[in-house]
Amino acid sequence: MLLVLLVVVVLNFLMLHLAPGDIADTIAQTMGGADEQDMAELRKQYGLDQPFFIQLFNYVVRVALLDFGHSHFYNLPVFDLIMERFPATLLLVFSAQILSLFVGILLGVYAAQNPYGLSSLFVNMFSLFGYAAPVFWTGILLLIAFSLHIPIFPVSGMRDITIESDNFFVHFFDVLRHLFLPMITLASIFFAYYSRLCRASMLEVLGADFVRTAKAKGLSKKDVLLKHALKNSLSPVITFAGLSFSAVVSGAILVETVYSWPGLGTLAFNSIISRDTPVLLGILIFSTLMVTVGNLLTDLTLKALDPRIKI
Amino acid sequence: MLENEEIEEPTIKPVKEIFQTFFKSYSAVTGLVILIGIAVMGFIGPLFYPTDPFDMVWMPFSPPGADGFLLGTDYLGRDILSQIINGARVSIAIGFSAALVSCFIGVGIGSFAGFYGGWVEETLMRITEFFQVLPTLLFAMVIVALFGSSVLSITLAIGAVSWASVARITRSEFLRIKELDFVLASRSSGSNNMALIFRVILPNAAAPIIVQSALLVGAAITFEAGLAFLGLSDPNVISWGQVIGSNRVYILDATYTVTFPGIAIFITVLAISLVGDGLNDALNPKLRSR
Repeated sequence: MLLVLLVVVVLNFLMLHLAPGDIADTIAQTMGGADEQDMAELRKQYGLDQPFFIQLFNYVVRVALLDFGHSHFYNLPVFDLIMERFPATLLLVFSAQILSLFVGILLGVYAAQNPYGLSSLFVNMFSLFGYAAPVFWTGILLLIAFSLHIPIFPVSGMRDITIESDNFFVHFFDVLRHLFLPMITLASIFFAYYSRLCRASMLEVLGADFVRTAKAKGLSKKDVLLKHALKNSLSPVITFAGLSFSAVVSGAILVETVYSWPGLGTLAFNSIISRDTPVLLGILIFSTLMVTVGNLLTDLTLKALDPRIKI
Repeated sequence: MLENEEIEEPTIKPVKEIFQTFFKSYSAVTGLVILIGIAVMGFIGPLFYPTDPFDMVWMPFSPPGADGFLLGTDYLGRDILSQIINGARVSIAIGFSAALVSCFIGVGIGSFAGFYGGWVEETLMRITEFFQVLPTLLFAMVIVALFGSSVLSITLAIGAVSWASVARITRSEFLRIKELDFVLASRSSGSNNMALIFRVILPNAAAPIIVQSALLVGAAITFEAGLAFLGLSDPNVISWGQVIGSNRVYILDATYTVTFPGIAIFITVLAISLVGDGLNDALNPKLRSR
């Protein structure tokens, strides 16, 4: 896990190094041009005159000490900027992931009981939709439908600043109301995949001998389904959910941009517009961290489900 | 394995049989027809609908159907129908070439990992795992933001981040096939490693790789649109993503500027996935796709 982060950091540095232009150019540009001497001065100040590996080492050490550089645009340390936005993205990513797992499994179990019925057709249709519709497009359509034409949900942001209340729950529900559409949008892609996978895996397990045994023992249908079959069919779904984490984070960037959700995605979007590379690189490192933690949680869940798995 | 004898033979099916299975499926044929239709629209369409997608032809934000513009005009008064017709070309080109790039990388890495095993496999699969953990969109954003947004850099960026699934599939196929008798036979008759990898094993591993690559084409088209939505598209060519990206500020005032290119992407990717399902059924009936 640490290795993954280290590789991202090194990759970051390599891309910075290979990309045309360096930080001195950027600064010179914003100052409106600089002569050779000033440029050399700037390069020396940022350590760009040193050999490649020393620069690399310095960069890695700086990142390890949580110094991601300085944002030219916000004039703030990148780390502070990211920390300010990180919780919002975390909330969106994990709530969407949990919601889509929950709904996906529920739908999958339901569809598996009637493999060629209407619900299975629905699952298949929906997974096609989840694959084909660009997530930001789904987001825009939902935004137009439920914020513009039927104004139930707020158009953008995470909080209503006009609310003046000290009550925790008022704020809690306010955030929830803002979270609803982005969460649904992001979950819409993934719950389709999960439900399809869960349906397939349930069908397989339902044909297994131990399920027949459970039925023969006279257990109720509910017990057979939920206690015996479901528990054994979950692991492919959870495994896939773990693999999807990076896709969820990627999706979150687009969804955040649609709804102006104040997380890392909107920050990344703004930093592209303002050519604020250090921020972008910092976000890359942080979201990789988020995905690795997500994968770790997945592994732990898998282990809880199936004691044979060793980590 | 129960069907041991069946599996031990080379698993390439006769081309004729593949075509027959493919064309028997209604959904696959529908997908193929739609896809060809869209490609034809992109490449020949401009001859029949000569409006330049970059020309300001009418008032900005003219709604669909009004003033003779079927899909309306965008924020610069450019004809959206023309943009969609011309955008098909670039979107499909980026989709296919990006998928090709990731197919090359994925097959290269997966086949070497699967064939050689040992530390080669360990290292290559670690790299693959790493690319699975990496948030692909962000990584592509960084590449495009740093190296400039041209069609080439966008294509390479998409290709460079989405090969992990191909590599994993190739490796698992290689692990399975390299133990089979015909590979051993070929080795004992003097084939060297390169010939074994590319001429003996790879053709037999092609089926699932082709199916996965077909799905990657669709994913690459949505990927490009996503990048464009974030403002990272080549400003010199029209693609569907570029239309969405350039109009994204006005989504609440002029919904259709984003809706129509979105529908175009949706239909195309849907068609690709139908074709992919059809290919899957035609190429490997034994492997069920989950």
